[in-house]
Amino acid sequence: MYSHLLLAADGSKNALRAAHEALKIASAMPGCKIEILFVIDNSKVKEEVLHSQNQEEREYKRHQKLLPIEEVFADQGIPHHFTTIHGDPGPAIVDYAKKNEIDLIILGSRGLNALQEFVLGSVSHKVVKRASCPVMIVK
Amino acid sequence: MSQLKTEWFSNVKGDILAGIVVALALIPEAIAFSIIAGVDPMVGLYASFCIAVITAFIGGRPGMISAATGAMALLMVPLVRDHGLQYLLAATLLTGVIQFLFGVLKIAKLMKFIPRAVMIGFVNALAILIFLAQVPHFVGISTITYVLVAVTLLIVYGLPRFFKAIPAPLIAIVVLTAVVIFGSIQVGTVGDLGIITQSLPSFLIPNVPLNLETLMIILPFSVSLAIVGLVESLLTASIVDDMTGTGSNKHKEARGQGIANFVTGFFGGMAGCAMIGQSVINVKSGGRGRLSTLVAGVFLMFLILVLGGIVVQIPMPVLAGIMIMVSIGTFDWSSFSYLRKAPRSDALVMLVTVAIVIMTDNLALGVLAGVLLSAILFAAKISRIQVVKQESGDTIIYGIQGQLFFASVEEFVDHFDFSLVNAKVVLDFSEAHIWDDSGVGAVDKVIIKYRAGGNEVVVRGLNPSSEKIINKLAVYHDANAQLKSH
Repeated sequence: MYSHLLLAADGSKNALRAAHEALKIASAMPGCKIEILFVIDNSKVKEEVLHSQNQEEREYKRHQKLLPIEEVFADQGIPHHFTTIHGDPGPAIVDYAKKNEIDLIILGSRGLNALQEFVLGSVSHKVVKRASCPVMIVK
Repeated sequence: MSQLKTEWFSNVKGDILAGIVVALALIPEAIAFSIIAGVDPMVGLYASFCIAVITAFIGGRPGMISAATGAMALLMVPLVRDHGLQYLLAATLLTGVIQFLFGVLKIAKLMKFIPRAVMIGFVNALAILIFLAQVPHFVGISTITYVLVAVTLLIVYGLPRFFKAIPAPLIAIVVLTAVVIFGSIQVGTVGDLGIITQSLPSFLIPNVPLNLETLMIILPFSVSLAIVGLVESLLTASIVDDMTGTGSNKHKEARGQGIANFVTGFFGGMAGCAMIGQSVINVKSGGRGRLSTLVAGVFLMFLILVLGGIVVQIPMPVLAGIMIMVSIGTFDWSSFSYLRKAPRSDALVMLVTVAIVIMTDNLALGVLAGVLLSAILFAAKISRIQVVKQESGDTIIYGIQGQLFFASVEEFVDHFDFSLVNAKVVLDFSEAHIWDDSGVGAVDKVIIKYRAGGNEVVVRGLNPSSEKIINKLAVYHDANAQLKSH
């Protein structure tokens, strides 16, 4: 059984589907710690700062992205907690998982096309390649 | 003391490595921005060294990179063209003084009045101007020029996917300069535009006549430079704040930018400010503390001394290619979805900001026009006032909803029917706010007109601040009051 599960969330629909899968695992394993990790992508900070009037608005917008995921766990009364870190999403998730002795990473695949994947790089691909624990990718 | 230690030495290894990366990435930009301004590349390189080193010590945002920038260079073009380098140095000193005063007067607080639409317009206009400045260096010169631009773009976009340790633009410069030299390829070089003197900057007082005429020449440029430098520096500081999850002192930053520019002017450098792109590179490379900015400046000077001879041989098409990348990186590509999704008035403000900058080549005018337009649009939006009429028996109740001030008084007065006689009229202000003497004057006008028709008027529902201004200014309490001219 898993003791510390990490759900990497970015506010996308795929992340929400991943949350539902995480919920299934969590409800089968009482006592498993559920941590929801939100990585603020440093490449997007310029855009976010430009498109918001102040710090409060940015925090509000980021919090809003995670609300649907919060609901998934809260509805079922599954204990969970949120962590926000900064960085390049792929490596940041891997590093965080290593430092915090995570034993399963769950994340959604972004579903990019071939060109986007070449330009942006796939987060899930990077995580699978470099993580030292099992990784579950939800399509 | 412990804060000083944290700001300087809490991340020594990361700061040194990131500082070196930034210095390498700074070189092409400092040279290109000098060329945009129309001065010798050394002017931009000296400025970058001086500004980076000084802001490392006295800036308000640890880990932020300040140097010679495109936004500032673009403003200097007419001054350098018409009056020469010495006037630019004098303008740089004055810019420093103005920015220092901005810091002392805490002007940074006014940043909240610059709407995001104006900031988006600012970066987009900057990107477009940087791109346009490159066009003469590669369009319609020769086929090999186009080829070099294309190869440069291929290197700067393709290489980082495989190799990230050294910034790709510098690799492009070194490799393609070598190719051009050894292949004896005929293209324009940086040397064709200026002379690089390979020495440490020395102290000198700008050689301009110290009189009112000089001041009048440089003042408009210095004011624009001071505004644009502060706007870009504070925007960059917010980005670094957000990326690092820490706060910064915006007023200290304004003073720091001022002192840095003041000193830079004496060392033969052009005015600069914080750089968004380089600061992002610094944080992404692991830079967090003041040490990273200092290392960037010092290592840049080392590179100038080592590479000085090569700089003149850099092919212009390569530099243009790198600047095209910089302009693509500066442009806010989410603006296109912003134009579709944002309220019409915000989209208009963004476009007007861009248009004014492109027409005047002056980012400061774009910001001022954008702020002014958004203020007018805001006043227009908020000045819509509604009056709901309700009749119960012989009493007529007017429910007023909205903000009553100079811009809404006319509409307010037009809502009333003054043909009434001998009725009881109630003005209900519980959903309204009276802001100024024009608002009070309008209330007076309505009441006195109704009284003239023999009506009885009751005012109710004033909130405390509206009541205060009414008690202070209104004349209707006096039953015999005549309209005074508000």
